[in-house]
Amino acid sequence: MAMTTPPITGARDILSPDGWLAALARRSEAVVIPFCALLAGLAAFSLFLLMQGKSPADFYSIVYMGGFGSSFSWQNTLSRTAPLLLAALCVALPARLGLVVIGGEGAIVLGGVACGAVAGLLIGVPGVLGIPLMAAAGALAGAVWIGAVGALRHYRGVNETIASLLLAYIAIALMNHLVEGPLRDPASLNKPSTAPLAEQLRVGDLPGWNVHWGLIAGIVACIAAWVLIERTTWGFAARIAGGNVRAAQVQGLPVGRLIIGFTALGGAFAGLAGVFEVAAVHGSANASLAGGYGYTGILIAFLARHNPLAIIPVAILLAGFEASSGLIQRRMDLPDATVLVLQGFVFVAILCSETLYGRFRLFAPERWRTA
Amino acid sequence: MESDLGLWAIPIAMLGGAIRVSTPFLFVSLGEVLTERSGRINLGLEGTLVFGAMSGYAVAFLTGNAWAGVGAAAICGALFGLLHGLICSLPRVNDIAVGIALMLLGMGLAFFFGKPFIQPVAPDLPSISFGWWSDLPQVRAALQVNVLFLIGIVAAVALWWMFRATKVGLVIRVVGDSTDAARAMGLSPPLIRTLATAAGGAFAGVGGAYLSLFYPGSWNEGISSGQGLMAVALVIFARWNPIYCFWAAILFGAAGALGPALQSVGVSTGYYLFYAAPYVLTLGVLIATSSPTRAMTGAPGELSITK
Repeated sequence: MAMTTPPITGARDILSPDGWLAALARRSEAVVIPFCALLAGLAAFSLFLLMQGKSPADFYSIVYMGGFGSSFSWQNTLSRTAPLLLAALCVALPARLGLVVIGGEGAIVLGGVACGAVAGLLIGVPGVLGIPLMAAAGALAGAVWIGAVGALRHYRGVNETIASLLLAYIAIALMNHLVEGPLRDPASLNKPSTAPLAEQLRVGDLPGWNVHWGLIAGIVACIAAWVLIERTTWGFAARIAGGNVRAAQVQGLPVGRLIIGFTALGGAFAGLAGVFEVAAVHGSANASLAGGYGYTGILIAFLARHNPLAIIPVAILLAGFEASSGLIQRRMDLPDATVLVLQGFVFVAILCSETLYGRFRLFAPERWRTA
Repeated sequence: MESDLGLWAIPIAMLGGAIRVSTPFLFVSLGEVLTERSGRINLGLEGTLVFGAMSGYAVAFLTGNAWAGVGAAAICGALFGLLHGLICSLPRVNDIAVGIALMLLGMGLAFFFGKPFIQPVAPDLPSISFGWWSDLPQVRAALQVNVLFLIGIVAAVALWWMFRATKVGLVIRVVGDSTDAARAMGLSPPLIRTLATAAGGAFAGVGGAYLSLFYPGSWNEGISSGQGLMAVALVIFARWNPIYCFWAAILFGAAGALGPALQSVGVSTGYYLFYAAPYVLTLGVLIATSSPTRAMTGAPGELSITK
């Protein structure tokens, strides 16, 4: 950074609205406010813990130990990060068009089932061919599911928030039906599942790590989504349509195709999360797919302000909280819902902080000199 | 006696199921009508429903009185509604997103505090038997009507009358239809919306208490599976009219009773698909009643969901 700093000639230049400090100030608003909201949410949760007679200091030190304290806990955290990255994209991409899609859980579940079903047909197929086929099937299932939400929104005016959540419930019922009926492996007695994936179809771990390749896929997906939104005409058109549909239509932008494309792409990412859950974690599709990643993904996307690059650190942080959940239960005698309560407090704090944008002169260089 | 009925058992079981299952739909949708008529949408009623179920069950267990549980659930629901209303009164805060956050928070808090109450047995709410005229045990079972269902009917009529004929109802409708008109009349839209959301939350809390105190009649973490959310969709279907809410709730209750009814006569294939019937019905109703071009008839003008 210091290399690119222009020579400082006087105080007036530093405060100029075109200077680097002004650019930094403008950009930092979107980081500082969510970060402070996160701290406020954690502070509120600390008060909640104190009211329960538990020590917040103990809590956060256990979270640090369980989520980030050792290479083992880092591996646990990063394994949980992979589905969260993809699930958060399912919220962040439609959000560019002003749509609040919260049914990513359904796409995850169906992506996983599609992966398990296709794997059953690929018994003798080598992994180089089979794994991309499974991934394509899962992504397609997710894309159809969430793309349908976008299509219903565009063609019928159906509220996308409610429709996506209803479809998530329908997806879980469909999964239960398929896994306990047509796709059930007769050998799975206690927990109905699809047939276990053949060995060559399993997605392995990164070399030298106990973290599967889904993490890399998730990070690549986040970067690709960022490029799509920030560096292509498609992303630009989506932002215009998200700001004002009428204006976008007047400009001749294909609003319908944008809506369906962005929702379907988000659904494809969530479906991919299901594929990795099956191919790298569970080994077969079963009810464990509905593990709540889709709902944590909503919070991550809002915390990251729907910026795909910001999703990466936020997802790691929340995965760390989830990874330490077991340790919190054992060490502090708190129920497993503690992490849900924490997420709820942070979510409420982040939404309250929306009201603060544009209120601070610090972030608005144009108003620095009028003081 | 039981074997004589044959397939007639399905409609009888669905009637009974409709009466039993519809009550939470009815209360949540009445609460949502009250909130949405004031121009705001509360998607968090699913969380309020679950927290109402937990708090109602816990208080009923601790006091030994089911009605104390209902009261506690109503108070907790009102507090959640108040929180939603206050947050949404901040400028530039999206009421749909706040609803999602409060849904997750409500469920998290309910699971957190509800852990010790999964095992104990709390007293049930009383019900009245309207099936005394019949010899058939199925009909008698179907017509065991809970008192809360009757209270729900009274509340639906009372709300309808309130919107139609009272000053309070008029004030809520003005605020819901035009913020500017309400301001011009000297009303405070944020205050009225917050109060309407709090009252709506109280209704949803009572609906939750019904779940844990009558049907299914126990507290566990899977007690609600989207009823709160379906009720929000039901309000659109019912065109923001409390009386239509009652009929819609009966319809949704019958759809929800389809799976258990078929199971009771021995149909077991596609069991999970029948359980999806209420969600499919809700979605179908949303698709049929929404429109991309024209505003919905009866919709409050300031409602973000229909704009």
